[in-house]
Amino acid sequence: MAQPLESRPQARPQGSAKPKAYWVEPLITMLILGVWVLYSLWEVFFHNNGTYQNYISPYFSPGVGKWFGWHLLDALYVAWVPFLFRFSCYYYRKEYYRGFFWDPPGCAQGDKPRPRYSGETKWPLAINNLHRYFWYLAVIVLIFLWKDAVQAFFFKNGFGVGVGSLILLVNAVFLTFYTFSCHAFRHMVGGKKDCYSCDGKPTASYKLWHKVSQWNVFHGTWAWASLASVWAADLYIRLLLMGVIHDVRLF
Amino acid sequence: MAHESYETLDYDIIIIGAGGSGLRAAVEASQVPGLKVAVVTKSLLGKAHTVMAEGGVAASFGNLDAPDGWQTHFYDTMRSGHFINNYRMAEIFAKEAPERVLELESWGAVFDRTKEGRIMQRPFGAHTFRRLCHIGDHTGLELIRTMQYKSLHSGIDVFQEVTMTKLLVQDGHVAGAFGYFREDGRFVLFRARAVVLATGGWGKIFKVTSNSWESTGDGAALAFRAGADMMDMEMVQFHPTGMVWPPGVRGILVTEGVRGEGGLLRNSEGERFMQTYDPERMELSSRDVVARSIFKEVQAGRGSPHGGAWLDISHKGPEYVKAKLPGMYEQFLTLADLDITKEPFEVAPTCHYTMGGLRVDPETCATNIPGLFAAGEVACGLHGANRLGGNSLSDLLVFGRRAGLGAREYVSGAPDFAPVDQAELEAEMDRVLEPFHRENGINPYHVHEKLQEIMTNHAGIMRSGPVLEEGLNKLLELKDQARNMSINGSRIYNPGWHAVFDVENMLLLCEGIIRSALERKESRGAHWRTDYPDELPEWQKINFVESYDGEGIRIRTEPVNEMPEDLAKLFTYGKAPGLVQQSGGKES
Amino acid sequence: MSEEFTLRVWRGDKTGGEEVEYHVPAETGMVVLDALHHIQHNEAPDLAVRWNCKAAHCGSCGAEVNGQPKLLCKTRMDDYVGQTVSVKPMQTFPIIKDLVTDVSWNYQVAKEIPMLEPTAPAPFNMQQIDADRVQEFHRCIECFLCQDTCHVLRNHEGQRQYFGPRFMIKIAEFEMHPMDGADRVPLLAHEAGVNMCNVTKCCTEVCPQHIRITDNAIIPLKERVADRYYDPVKILLRRLSGKKNAPTGSSHKVSQ
Repeated sequence: MAQPLESRPQARPQGSAKPKAYWVEPLITMLILGVWVLYSLWEVFFHNNGTYQNYISPYFSPGVGKWFGWHLLDALYVAWVPFLFRFSCYYYRKEYYRGFFWDPPGCAQGDKPRPRYSGETKWPLAINNLHRYFWYLAVIVLIFLWKDAVQAFFFKNGFGVGVGSLILLVNAVFLTFYTFSCHAFRHMVGGKKDCYSCDGKPTASYKLWHKVSQWNVFHGTWAWASLASVWAADLYIRLLLMGVIHDVRLF
Repeated sequence: MAHESYETLDYDIIIIGAGGSGLRAAVEASQVPGLKVAVVTKSLLGKAHTVMAEGGVAASFGNLDAPDGWQTHFYDTMRSGHFINNYRMAEIFAKEAPERVLELESWGAVFDRTKEGRIMQRPFGAHTFRRLCHIGDHTGLELIRTMQYKSLHSGIDVFQEVTMTKLLVQDGHVAGAFGYFREDGRFVLFRARAVVLATGGWGKIFKVTSNSWESTGDGAALAFRAGADMMDMEMVQFHPTGMVWPPGVRGILVTEGVRGEGGLLRNSEGERFMQTYDPERMELSSRDVVARSIFKEVQAGRGSPHGGAWLDISHKGPEYVKAKLPGMYEQFLTLADLDITKEPFEVAPTCHYTMGGLRVDPETCATNIPGLFAAGEVACGLHGANRLGGNSLSDLLVFGRRAGLGAREYVSGAPDFAPVDQAELEAEMDRVLEPFHRENGINPYHVHEKLQEIMTNHAGIMRSGPVLEEGLNKLLELKDQARNMSINGSRIYNPGWHAVFDVENMLLLCEGIIRSALERKESRGAHWRTDYPDELPEWQKINFVESYDGEGIRIRTEPVNEMPEDLAKLFTYGKAPGLVQQSGGKES
Repeated sequence: MSEEFTLRVWRGDKTGGEEVEYHVPAETGMVVLDALHHIQHNEAPDLAVRWNCKAAHCGSCGAEVNGQPKLLCKTRMDDYVGQTVSVKPMQTFPIIKDLVTDVSWNYQVAKEIPMLEPTAPAPFNMQQIDADRVQEFHRCIECFLCQDTCHVLRNHEGQRQYFGPRFMIKIAEFEMHPMDGADRVPLLAHEAGVNMCNVTKCCTEVCPQHIRITDNAIIPLKERVADRYYDPVKILLRRLSGKKNAPTGSSHKVSQ
C-alpha cells in the first residue's frame, strides 16, 4: 500500500487559475505572527499574574517563579520554551523565512541575488538544528498544561464546566497534536532508522513512526490551531483578570 | 558555400541512444579499464522513451507462481510472436532476464514486494504466470533512472542533444558517426572502432501513438542507409489501450497493468466482448488480439462515444487503484478530468512498438556490418510478430548487455580507427545545411503530418493489398515532395531543422514497412490483412529481410531458424511447460 | 469551439530576447504544450521547446507558465480562460534558446552522489513497508522544476553550496534504503549542503509528481545531520564510546 504520507493530486479546479500577487501570503503571515509576538511581549513583560481562580494562562504555567517564592516577571521563566519551540519548528521556519526574511517571498520569484545567504549553516540560525531539545522542554510544559486543563474543571464549589475550562482543554488537545506531530519527534521515534522490518516483523517503532507521519502531514494546521488556542486562552484569562468580562459557567 | 568546420572526438565504442538498452550497453562496455566509451543521445539523459514503459519487466522468478521458469517464459514469448521469432534470442532472453533484473535491484531499483519480502510480480497479457516485476506503474522510469546513475558512475562520457545524421562505414567496417550538437548547431565527428545502436523504434509514424517525440527510427534509418539488413518490418504493434479523449491526449498509453490488476473491457452495450474473441484469457489475451477485438467492436458500431471501448477498474476500490496505478489515476484526473477509481474510461488501440528492425546475431547483437551492433527496439528477432507486454524492458537489459559485451570483444580484436573520407564529410555537411538555403520549400512538420495520415489510413491495424499499394504510391509521392523541405531561423536549437532529419528517417522506414506488409500475404500477430485473414503455416517459415542500396529497397526472404529438439519439445504438450510439471492447480 | 487563446512566449537566446504574442485556436482539453506545438507547426518552426513523452512521465518540458514552474504537457489551457498565458523558460538555468535552458549542472551534481552500496547480494529480502518510504522518491521524473524554484539556487547563487531539492531526494533514496551500507551524512553536511535549505517548501509546491520533498526527504536528512553534527549529547556519547563516525541510530542489518 502506498504510504498515506504522500500528497495526492486534487481534482482540477474548474475554471481559471487566478493570478495572485506573490506578496499577499507572506504579508498576512508577517502581520499575524508580528501581532502575536507583540501581544506576547506585552503579556510577558507587563503582567505578573496569569491565574484567575482555577484557570491558569498557558503563558504562566508552570509557575516556576512561585516555586521559588520570587516572581518578578512570572511568565519569563517559562514563556521562552514554547517560543523557542515554535521558533525552531520546521513549519514556522517556513512561515517566518518567507514572511520576515523574504527568503523567498514567494515561490519562483525573481529576487535580487543576496550572495551572503547562508541558510541554516551558521549561528544563530543554526540553532534550529537543535529543535529536538526545545521539543523535550515543550513536552514538560505540555504536561503542566494538561494538569491546568484538568484543574480548570474543578471550581471552588466542585466540578463544573466553564467557557474557560473548555478553552484550556481545547488548547491542551491542540498543543498535544502540535507537539507530537513534530518532525524532530518523527525522526526520534523511527525516522532515523533505515529498516523497520529487518528484525522480522514491523516493529513498534514503525507503527509509531507511521502514526506520527500521518499527523505530521497536518503539522502546519496544528501549528496555527494551537497558536490560536494559546492566544485565546491567555486573552480570555487576561480579560477575566482585568474584569472586562465574566466567566460563563455552563453548569 | 562557406567552408564548415567540425569537432572530432575519438572513442573506442560509441553508443547511440540513451534509453534502457543504450545505457545497459554502455555500462557493460565500460567494464574494461582503459576503454573509452561514449553515449550519444538526441535528448537529455534519462528522458528516453523507456520512461513510458509502465507495467513492468518480465522475468520468470516464480516469486508468486513457483512453477514459472525460463522454459515457460520462452514458450509464452515464442507463441505470442507466432513463431517467426529467432528462437535463440528468445532462449537467451528467457534464461538471462532474471539475472538482469536482480542486477537492477543491486544498483538501487526498488521493486514492489511480496509478503515474503521478495520482488512482487503482476499478471500481464498472455503471460502464463504472474511475471512482471514492477514499481507501481512507473517501472520504465525506475529502470532508466537506475541505469542512468549507474552509467554516470561508470566513467562513461555522455553527449546530450546531438543529432546523428550519418553512420560512417569505411571498407566495410564501421568508422564512426557524424552529426551536430543541437545546442548551437556545430558539427561533430565521432570516430569509433565499434558503434552500438540503441535508438529505439519509430512509432511516431502514426497519428495515434503512445510513442514519444524521439521515436523516429533514426538509428535504424542510419544503419539501413549504411547497408545494414532490416527484418520483419511489417510487424508494428498496436497497444489495445491508449487514451481517446480529449483530442490532445489521444494515443497516450494506458498501461496494460490496468487489465493486469483486474480491469474489465466492455463495449457500448455493457458486454465483456473479449468473451467472443478469447474466452480463456479474456482481457489478458495478447496485445494483437485485444487491439483487434476493440477495433472490430468499434467497426461493428458497438464502440464508446469517441470510438473506443470502456475500460473499468473502479470495482477494485479507490485505495487499491491509487496504490497500484498512481500514474494512471493522476493522468486521467489532470488530462481528462476523470476519476478512474469511480468511473470507466474510454480506450482505443494506439501504435506502441515496432517488432521489426535491424537483423542481429543473437549472441553478440552484431549486425551484418562489422563493428555495428544493435539492441533494444531498434533490433529485431526476439518478439516475432507480436511482443508480449513486459518483454521489452527485459529485452533492453538482456540484449543491451550483450551488445555492450559484443562491442567490447569486437574492439579487443579489431583494427584501429578506420580512416574517414573527408569528401564524404564535406558532402554531408552541405546536405545537412541545405534546408536552410531552400526557398519556398515544404514545412517538415507538415510532411510529418501527411506521413502519419498515410500510414494510419493505409498501413494501420487493418491492412489489405490494394490499400497498401495506394499507400505506397502516396508515400513515394510525399518522399519526392520532401526533398524540398526547408526551414528558417538559426542553427541554435532549431527544432524545425531537427525535424527534417526525423522525417527523412521515417519516410525511409515507412516505405520498408509497406513493402514488407505487401509481401506477407497472410495474417500473423500484429500483421492483419483482410484479404488474407488466416495464419498460414508456410509463412511461418520465413522472415522478410530488406536492404537498401541508396536507390531503392530490396526485399528477400530468409528461413526462420529451426528450434533444436529440446526446445521444440516444449510446444508438444498442448499447454505451457510450467503447467505440465504442475500436478495440482495453480497456487493462489 | 471557435475561441482562441493568446500566448506570450519568450523568444530569444543568450544574447537576449522578448515575449512574442501568438494566437492559437482552442480545443477541448488542450495543454500549453499543444498550443506551443500549434505555433511551432504553423507559425514558428524554429520555436525551441524540449518535450518527449507529452504524458508527464519524462520531465522534459518544464517551464514557467504565468510565473509558475509547470510541466507544459500537464498544464491545461482552460485553467487560464480569459487570461494571456505567458510562457517563459526556467529562470534558474542559463538560457540556450526560447524555452530551452542549459540544465547540465544537474548532471554534474548527479555524479557526486555515491551509488547504493548493498549490504548483501541481490535478491534482497525487503518488506513493502520499507520499500514504500523510498519508492516515493523514485517517482521523480527529473523535470528540475524544484531546482528552478529553489531560492537557494535561484536567488542566492547557491550552486556551489547546495545540491538542490532534486538531489536531496536522490540522496534520501539511497540513505534510507534498507539495504544500503554507505554513509552519506558527511556529504549531506558539507558538499551537498542540506542546511542551506531553509525548509520553505517551494520545491514541494511545484513538484508535478507530488513528492513531499521537504517533509519526507530534506527534513529527515537534516535531522540525521543534526544527530551527527549538532546534537551535543549525541556527539559527547559518541566521543565517550569511541565511535567517531558510526552512522547514528540507523541499523544496517543484513536480513536473514
